[in-house]
Amino acid sequence: MKNGFVIFLSVATVLLLSWGALVLAPQMQLGGARQVPVLNSTDVYPLARPGTAAQGLQVYRANGCAACHTEQVQQDGVACDVVLLAAGKNPSAVSNLLATLKLTGLDEGSALSASDRIAAAGGKVETRIRATGSDIARGWGLRHSVAEDFLYDYPVALGSLRVGPDLADVGRRLPDPNWQLQHLYAPRSLVKGSVMPPFRYLFETRKIGAVPSPDALNLPAEFAPAVGYEVVPKPEAQQLVAYLMSLHTDVPLYNAPFTPPAPLKP
Amino acid sequence: MTVNESPSTTNIDASCRVPLLALFSGAALWLVVSSALAVLASLSFHMPGKFGDIPFLTYGRVQPAADDALLYGFCIPAGLGVLLWIFARLGQVPLRGGIVPVVAAHLWHLGVLAGVVGILAGESTGFTWLEFPRGAAALLFVAYLLLALWAFMNFTGRRAGGLFPSHWFFVAALFVFPWIYSVAQLLLIGAPVRGVVQSAVAWWYGGNLVFLWTSLIGLGAAFYFLPKFSGRPLHSYFYALFAFWTLLLFGSLSGIPAGAPLPAWMPALSALNSLLLIVPILAIAVIGWKTVMGGAVQTCKGGSYCMIKFGFVAFLLSALLLVAGACPQVSRITQFTWFSAAQTQLHLYGFLCITLFGAIYYILPRAVGRDFAFPRLIRLQHWCSMLGIFLLVVSLAAGGLLQGIKLHDAGAAFDDSTRAMLPFLRTSTMGLLLMLLANLLFALNLLTLLFLWHLSVIKTVVGAALAPLGKTGVKA
Repeated sequence: MKNGFVIFLSVATVLLLSWGALVLAPQMQLGGARQVPVLNSTDVYPLARPGTAAQGLQVYRANGCAACHTEQVQQDGVACDVVLLAAGKNPSAVSNLLATLKLTGLDEGSALSASDRIAAAGGKVETRIRATGSDIARGWGLRHSVAEDFLYDYPVALGSLRVGPDLADVGRRLPDPNWQLQHLYAPRSLVKGSVMPPFRYLFETRKIGAVPSPDALNLPAEFAPAVGYEVVPKPEAQQLVAYLMSLHTDVPLYNAPFTPPAPLKP
Repeated sequence: MTVNESPSTTNIDASCRVPLLALFSGAALWLVVSSALAVLASLSFHMPGKFGDIPFLTYGRVQPAADDALLYGFCIPAGLGVLLWIFARLGQVPLRGGIVPVVAAHLWHLGVLAGVVGILAGESTGFTWLEFPRGAAALLFVAYLLLALWAFMNFTGRRAGGLFPSHWFFVAALFVFPWIYSVAQLLLIGAPVRGVVQSAVAWWYGGNLVFLWTSLIGLGAAFYFLPKFSGRPLHSYFYALFAFWTLLLFGSLSGIPAGAPLPAWMPALSALNSLLLIVPILAIAVIGWKTVMGGAVQTCKGGSYCMIKFGFVAFLLSALLLVAGACPQVSRITQFTWFSAAQTQLHLYGFLCITLFGAIYYILPRAVGRDFAFPRLIRLQHWCSMLGIFLLVVSLAAGGLLQGIKLHDAGAAFDDSTRAMLPFLRTSTMGLLLMLLANLLFALNLLTLLFLWHLSVIKTVVGAALAPLGKTGVKA
């Protein structure tokens, strides 16, 4: 390379290549993404987050929550379980058959053949699909995170480090807003030995007025304010919790299928 | 030196004096600020409850501020300063119109100030390595363009013919930053793209800046100084050309981590290119080995040569960590752990910062025409920075592996992974403290030099003003 122009051309070529592969191509593939149908349902996914939750994402951004929390549930694969719904007219044959068959953690083919054999014996079965992997086993989500989960977010806060647990499905996992508020104010009052910094500045400690605030936190004695004072969440804390409540990965999609847990029968 | 009016080396060095002082002194301050912020962030792991009432001291703001202060505050301006001087020396052309780079240096440091304050105030954009709010980003962009333009003009006006490997690496670095920064700012801040495309763009930017740009600058400097100190020519032109091309090609595609919620081909493409980085790493290792080994006897007593050699080895190690982390079997364990933070710190501080320290300790006394006030502290600084980065990287990498194994074990509670990591995080604070000390020593030497230079300028001016009128010809 004898002159600057050659260097310039070569650098420009490589940069264009890298831009084309990792900026232009993703934009062409995903930039026009729309809502997708939910499996076995007429619903579409995702819906835009409600207003306070969208504001909460900005609180999440401003305080750098993504420095310690990811929103990316990982999954190794899927497994099928065959579940007997009714024994049918020949229960003893079915139960004999069940004793000889492996019914959980199957791949698709063995699940099909098992359910065929039980059906042939007269039993009524259902094949359930579930995601597998350590994140799923820990209860962090029902499936892995997919691009659709973040369609309406700005900024997308995927995170890259798990000092704290993954939050992609925290709205389903820990659905109590009061728990969340207390955890933000004093993490160690709920999780022993937590290294999460307390976000006391998102709360106001004030003298109890004529009527105690209905929003005041119900804190254990060790963390409670002085007598006659109450701890009330500021709007930012409410918004942040609304955002956390809006985080769900519990909807089955074409590219991340699973069988939703059966609703409890009354 | 056949050209008649060929400027002397002293003239060339002197032409860089004021721009380099502006770039390096601000950079030294940011270096100290960055390590102070990093120590502060690390304290969260010793006493998480302490800063709960103070928004700008919360971990999620301090940690990115520390990272950005290191990369934007120190690495980029210091790297550009070294680049300006090496261009002027290699091309045998003094730096003309020095006022522009001086103004640009101040603009740059102002931009970093606005950015760091913005992050601490909660105005971060939320994208890794792009946290600076848009006003700060605009300042940085303008300042970089001015500095790059001046460096490029000096490059095109070079008197000595021929291009050296350092030239390729530096010219590439000059172009890479404005290109990736404008694309990322436009697509993430100006007219944001939808959904996870944002993450793809941010990762592309991060990979290109934190791995590629820094490698181009650090290796460009190493390929200038290693032959100079060892007394042997760079081995060889073709190895360097091969390393340059492959580094550029594979390094620019390596940003997207495994497991990202993107279509599978994107992480796969990045992992493949990260693995292929083993090719330029081997070539670069051969270059270093053949250039340094068996060279003229020039012992390094904790001086520039030592630092640049250390930085070179740190580059090889950090790049190998990057390659290892791209293997699917490894990335399954190391994803979402401190392992990648260890790699980034080794690359930014162990490789780039220490290489730049070595270069600056060599360049600045020549440019200012005055030795450092505390030459003994240079060796102490070198030891502190080496030990500090060693403690930091080893504790984060080992702890990260342990954390990853716990995270990957469905039977272990999540708290186990945090608890396993804590002793390592607390050890890493020791590393950060040593690095803070090293950075303070660096800043002390540099700012004392700046102060003494200011003093001598003032003395000269005052002396000229008070000189009897009869004698003309002011000696400045």
